[in-house]
Amino acid sequence: MSVHRWRRRLVSGTMTTLVGVLSFVAVLALLLILGHLVAKGASSLDWSFFTRNPVPAGASGGGVANAIVGTAIVVGLAALIGLPIGIGTGLYLAEYGSGRLGWVVRFVADVLNGTPSIVVGIFAWTWLVKPMGHFSALAGSVALAVLMVPMLARTTEEMVRLVPHSLREAALALGYARWRTSLRIVARTALAGIVTGALVGIARVAGETAPLLFTALGNLNFSTSVLQPMQTLSLQIYVYATGPFEEWHRMAWAAALVLMGLVLILALAARWALRSRYGAAR
Amino acid sequence: MAPPADARLQLETARLTALYGRRAVVKDVSILFPAHTVTALIGPSGCGKTTFLRCLNRMHELSEGGWITGKVLLHGEDIYDPGIDAVQLRRRVGMVFQRPTPFPTMSIYDNVAAGLRVNGSRPRAEIDAAVEGALRRAALWDEVKDRLRQSALALSGGQQQRLCVARGLAREPEVLLLDEPTASLDPTGTQRIEELLHELKTRYTIVIVTHNLQQAARVSDYTGFFYLGELVELGRTEELFTKPTKHQTEAYITGRFG
Repeated sequence: MSVHRWRRRLVSGTMTTLVGVLSFVAVLALLLILGHLVAKGASSLDWSFFTRNPVPAGASGGGVANAIVGTAIVVGLAALIGLPIGIGTGLYLAEYGSGRLGWVVRFVADVLNGTPSIVVGIFAWTWLVKPMGHFSALAGSVALAVLMVPMLARTTEEMVRLVPHSLREAALALGYARWRTSLRIVARTALAGIVTGALVGIARVAGETAPLLFTALGNLNFSTSVLQPMQTLSLQIYVYATGPFEEWHRMAWAAALVLMGLVLILALAARWALRSRYGAAR
Repeated sequence: MAPPADARLQLETARLTALYGRRAVVKDVSILFPAHTVTALIGPSGCGKTTFLRCLNRMHELSEGGWITGKVLLHGEDIYDPGIDAVQLRRRVGMVFQRPTPFPTMSIYDNVAAGLRVNGSRPRAEIDAAVEGALRRAALWDEVKDRLRQSALALSGGQQQRLCVARGLAREPEVLLLDEPTASLDPTGTQRIEELLHELKTRYTIVIVTHNLQQAARVSDYTGFFYLGELVELGRTEELFTKPTKHQTEAYITGRFG
């Protein structure tokens, strides 16, 4: 009796310690990255870093204003294209996707989810950059949207499936048509989860570099035309980090810090917007 | 057995069989539900009483593989007629489920108004009046009138269930179906719902599925006993409980099985 109890306590204690240590390691990695970024990049951050465009190599000063605006445009446009398609697909899969077509869509989404992002970049280059004859922010946005769609579809599906069946029945019994039940009751109940999924998707593609290399290409100047090449933070980091100048390396760290900060702000903003009116949101 | 002939007939099933695929779970059931009465359906788990209830507002056909043969007549009109829209029908036949199902994203007010807003917009005052009326009839108004804008989830389980009753009543249905409405409630909540049924039957025709035999005896005018998908016996409640004609009924109500 007491031996059993002693053993049970030992196992329980060991396991609790183990998962505790593992979570600490996971969090530690995040903290190290963030700490490293701040240590290396914070000193290069000043007002002009946000307001000025890059200066030629060798000259000091300059900033990444064009890349910050470019990231916002490229990622924003990608979200504009990708969110409706991805969330719509997820809704379809959860609500009507029990048949053969649903199986196919789900399979394709899973394959697409595992496709290397550079392959998606090549796809966008073949179908958009080549026919148009030049690189463009639009092509980059499409590439990022293609990356977002399967991610969004699958998370949306998961979130919608979490909505209890009883709620759906209650709405139907009340004389709601099927589509109205899906939109007004089911999707609305799953909204917090869907928005979180959308946010994770946006954050994921905001840091993508490979699919932008031969689509948005990058741009040394300030540009807001989506039909022209455009700079993004990730491209800027790539150029600066692989360049030969000490100054560039510092700029790369600073740009990485800014990118991380933007994603963080986005996450906090969504959390804030989703604070349920009733305080029931998570 | 049959209800008195003078009672105005509201709802009737004629040789109703409900199936999942090829498996019949309700077999050849014919019942008359007179207007403004409470009919309780009792029987052991899996006897088909809930499935039967779900045929009365065409919810059964939404289940995987669910279909029926036979007829369900509302005012003499077959609700399974191809010309009848199931969505419209469900607005005339309200349903309350075993567990409270308030819509979590909506306030108390919006929950009750949810069914009203289905048919396009209506004047604000009209909705206000309908919401208040439904909450009063569900005996919930006094408890929530000062916090209509709060989340429905802030209510207790019993209050949530009365909210669901109010939500069903707001549309002024003709029939109210209740599927074990007090199964997840405490004795106080159960008592409130039972008292409510006495009030409601003056306006609606009520069918209630229950596992609780005392409850059936307390609230209903007629009781039907289901066993293995068949309607074994149907009669006036006091007669069925005191002088059952079938030995299966007697065995069940005296607790020998089920």
